[in-house]
This record gives sequence, structure tokens and C-alpha cells, in this order.
Amino acid sequence: MAEVIIEKDKCKGCQLCIFYCPTKKLVLSSKLNKKGIKFAKPLDNINCIGCGFCFTVCPDSCVEVYGKK
Amino acid sequence: MGKNFLHPKSLKKVDTHYCPGCGHGIIHRIIAGIVDELGIREKTIAVTPVGCAVIAYDYWDFNCCEAPHGRGLAVATGIKRCLPQNIVFTYQGDGDLASIGIAETIHAANRAEAISCIFVNNGCYGMTGGQLAPTTLIGQKTITTPFGRDPNKGEGWPLKLTEILASLEGVCFAARTSLAGPKEILNTQTQIKKAFLAQIEKKKFSIVEVLSPCPTVWQKEPTKAIEFIQQEVIKTFPVGIIKEL
Ligand SMILES: Cc1ncc(C[n+]2csc(CCOP(=O)(O)OP(=O)(O)O)c2C)c(N)n1
Repeated sequence: MAEVIIEKDKCKGCQLCIFYCPTKKLVLSSKLNKKGIKFAKPLDNINCIGCGFCFTVCPDSCVEVYGKK
Repeated sequence: MGKNFLHPKSLKKVDTHYCPGCGHGIIHRIIAGIVDELGIREKTIAVTPVGCAVIAYDYWDFNCCEAPHGRGLAVATGIKRCLPQNIVFTYQGDGDLASIGIAETIHAANRAEAISCIFVNNGCYGMTGGQLAPTTLIGQKTITTPFGRDPNKGEGWPLKLTEILASLEGVCFAARTSLAGPKEILNTQTQIKKAFLAQIEKKKFSIVEVLSPCPTVWQKEPTKAIEFIQQEVIKTFPVGIIKEL
């Protein structure tokens, strides 16, 4: 299973990654980041398929996906 | 082992000044990824525009040169003629390329300068606050056409510059793509790569027009702006390869 890492302080909360995640494993955090914006974060019990859609659509290049076996 | 999707080396790890959901950030990442993939980081020279992407040189980690508003292709011509071994591309908005710089654009293409041009079509002048651009859709509201663009009031029709350029002898590759969804973004990546390869192999002009969202000026949420491209913009600007020699 893959792992999604979101740099929370770079996120501007556009929610494109949340919209395009085919397994709906990303959510908007209830906390604020350094910019004062609610950032996107992966759910705790992550079961990600590693499609990389979140990486592809992120306008702020704050998402990285590590495809594990 | 699954695939890794990592931050491109040619893109600096800094915050951008773009609004949330802006297409410029996606295109910056695509271009940086292609430069890494082709291994041309030392040879690439980008000509950055005036417009929202004016400080793209702060985001890309390769050689960049700033051009005055609209004069990107004139500056790029000089660079490419002095340094023919380098890969030169311009990155321009619709106000920059299709409005103030249309003379430079058409003549650079007609002279078959071996330059790739990335044309970001967001249907408005983003940086100056959302005025009418030549590519604004009919009926689309901007701050200078508050009732929607109306050709009968002398405001003209959307200008299809990529089709005009494709009709010139000097152009070897012309395509239009969009950023409306992951599939389209991956297609944009494929077409921009083809444009770079066309510059290297065919030594002629290549252009890729990218339909990009501007959520702030369109006054839409980022996801709604993407829907607007899918439903409205591609009716006027059909995506696809227009010319490939
Ligand atoms: C010679 C000159 N004329 C006008 C301007 C003002 N100006 C700055 S940006 C801009 C419009 C840019 O729009 P576009 O190229 O569509 O890029 P966007 O901001 O939408 O990405 C204008 C008219 C300028 N900087 N220089």
C-alpha cells in the first residue's frame, strides 16, 4: 500500500486532491496551518492505492506519493 | 513495488504566490518534471512572461530570462540564435501571447524559430485584476465586460491563436490541452514533452496551448472552475493535436 505525504504548510486548501482521490482517502483537516488555512491530509488508517492523482492535480506541489509494495 | 511520485528536482521547494487552485502551479510542475525526465536541466533556458507567472524564475531551478510584456518570443529568438544548442521555451499567458505580443508570436512562428511556446489560456488578464482577454468566451463576465462578452457590441470573438499558428509553414507542432482532471493533466505532460522533442529534432516552432483555471477571476471554487473548463471552455476551444509534422 502506498503512502501520501502532504507538506501541510505549503497547502492552500484548494481541495482538488480531495475531489479527485478515487478512494476518498484524503480529508480537510480541522486544524489550521502556518498560512491560517485548513489543509488537506490523508486519513489515519490509510489504505491508499498509489494512483498519484493527488500529486498530479496539486497546484502547489505539496503532495508526494511513495508507492510501497 | 508501486510507483513513486516525487517533487521534481528542477522545481524549487518554495511556496508559490498563486491563488488556491491556480493552473500555473500545475504547469510549472509539469515542465519541471519534463526537464528532469529528458535530462536537459543544464541546457534549458526559460523565458518568463509578464502576468501572474512573472516570477516563475523563482520557482524553476534552471536558467530563466525575464521578457517585457508580450515580447517573450522576441527575447527567446535572440537567445536561441546565439545559443542554438540550448533548449529554449517561453511561458506566456493569453494577454501576453495573444494580445500585446501577437505580432512577436506570429512572426517568430513564421520564421520557424526553434522555440517551444507554452501558452496558458485562462480566458482573462489575471494579474491586473481580470480584464477581457482575446480568449475570453462569449458571454463570460470580466471586469471590463460586466454584462458578458458580446461580439455585437464590438468586443470580438474568442481568438483561436493555436489554429492560426498551425496554419503557418514554420510550425511543426501545435496542440491544445486542458488541466480539467488528472487524465487531461497527464495528456498536457505528454504534449509539452512532444513540443520539446519537436524543438530538438525538427528545429521548428512548437506550441502547446493549455486551458487553465483561474478560480479568483472566474469567481468560482477550484473544483467548480475545473468543471467550467470541462463544460464550457472546451466547447469554444476543442482540445487535441492540431498539427504534428
Ligand atoms: C508593456 C506593458 N503593458 C501592460 C502591462 C500591464 N500588465 C501586466 S500583466 C498584464 C496582463 C497579463 O495577463 P495574461 O498574460 O493573460 O497572464 P495571467 O496574469 O492571466 O496569467 C498586463 C496587461 C505591462 N506590465 N507591460
